Amino acid sequence: MLDGEYGPAVAKSMELLVAVGKIFEAERLIPIESAHVSGVSYKNLGDAGLEFLEEQADMGARVRVNTTLNPAGMDLDLWMDLGVPEGFAVKQMRVIKAFKNMGIETTCTCTPYLVGHVPRFGSQIAWAESSAIAYSNSVIGARTNRESGPTTLASAITGRAPLCGYRLDENRAPQKIVVVNAKLRTPFKYSALGYLVGEKVGSAVPYFKGIFHPDLDSLKALGAALATSGGIALYHIGGVTPEAPRFGEEALKGLEKISVDEKDLREISRRLSSEVKDPIICLGCPHCSLKELKHYSKLIRGRHLRQRLIAFTSRGVYEEAKKEGYVKDIEYAGGRVFRDTCMVVAPLKEMGWKEISTNSFKAAHYASSMGISTHLDTAEHILREVSA
Amino acid sequence: MKFYGRAIVAGSAEGLALVSVEPISFYGGIDPETGIVTEPRHCIEGENVKNRVLIFPRGKGSTVGSYVIYRMKKRGIAPLAILNSDTDIITATGCVIAGIPLMDRFDEEFFRVLKTGTLLKLNASEGWVELISNLS
Repeated sequence: MLDGEYGPAVAKSMELLVAVGKIFEAERLIPIESAHVSGVSYKNLGDAGLEFLEEQADMGARVRVNTTLNPAGMDLDLWMDLGVPEGFAVKQMRVIKAFKNMGIETTCTCTPYLVGHVPRFGSQIAWAESSAIAYSNSVIGARTNRESGPTTLASAITGRAPLCGYRLDENRAPQKIVVVNAKLRTPFKYSALGYLVGEKVGSAVPYFKGIFHPDLDSLKALGAALATSGGIALYHIGGVTPEAPRFGEEALKGLEKISVDEKDLREISRRLSSEVKDPIICLGCPHCSLKELKHYSKLIRGRHLRQRLIAFTSRGVYEEAKKEGYVKDIEYAGGRVFRDTCMVVAPLKEMGWKEISTNSFKAAHYASSMGISTHLDTAEHILREVSA
Repeated sequence: MKFYGRAIVAGSAEGLALVSVEPISFYGGIDPETGIVTEPRHCIEGENVKNRVLIFPRGKGSTVGSYVIYRMKKRGIAPLAILNSDTDIITATGCVIAGIPLMDRFDEEFFRVLKTGTLLKLNASEGWVELISNLS
């Protein structure tokens, strides 16, 4: 592959993986089963990234494994309704076309695991998107490192990845213990917990004690926040995640312990949240599941929203939600549901956004860094406060 | 004087060194249209990396930095080669996709004798750098 026998795009991709392998002192490259590519929004790629992707596609790059895409900078059909400038939309469509030409599914979601792209336990995969990495490593038990856009693309094109980091048993063991002394009733609280723990443990592997029966949406929120404030790619929850049983008392002995209680969670919420006057309510970071859209639609069904509400989700979930009538209920109340994008990768400033309200610490972190004031609360509080 | 390091991206070059003792963010830290370092208060702020052998400890910042390196190369304003203390994935990725020679892990001695303006000859396929002269 490196010698150009499979064409220049494969040779270039191999060269990249070999270089990455060298840096991390990987013994060899191994086959992977699936890829999820980030660096899709034109807001992040800019012309430099667009040119690179188009050149790859023109060079004949084609993916060898099932590959999906991270969110783009806009809903690919409804970008005008979202207020995305036309110049941006044209460039964004060129990005999508380049990926499509490489044989990639242009699903554009941060939750590929909710729309049929689900690796098996123990599968070697090459995923980017920090929240999806945390989910696939921790909740599913698949194996990926924290990859970047170009490295996942190279892995997709070659079907290979360097054998290092979280691909190896010895690097998946817990490094810190987090004892949770708080009632975690909403994904919001899991998001708060994730953000707090991410700050405290950096890029270590945390092992949680005291978390009981989290639903999928809570785990999705936890992982997203852990990977935002820290560099966490893998966590374990005693009694919950599939690899936790591998680590008994012996493996946990001597590890540094961190305790988190209700007060800590209230404090981090206060610290990240700003006062807002006229916010756009944004839900769906990570992208809403069907269960979440159902829940939100029930909260506002038959009511009238005083503020703009936007829920972000994947195409697959959207179609299901539409069929079930959840999209209609949200729209009747005055809200909208958009696909393919979110408040983290859309060009919020160009869209004229100034303030948002959300239940996601990840969204709050990135929106604030773009100069958007962000209010944080549970979805239930936010929706009840602004609807009558 | 000849020094040996770890070869990451193959290629050879000859040119003047531009030395930064601080990490560099290619995304946001360097103007991709001119090659001028724009990060406020950076130790080589205002210098141009174009056609220099750029030496810095490691990259930092957004992974989009890789694409910026690629773009600079296409515009003809990229460094001739990059030498790091311990390279990082953003810089390495950028160098591979742009085809810029990259090496790291030299002796301490190398970074001590090296100054901005030193004329260097390097071969990143064989893993060596030769100091031709100190012009400064």
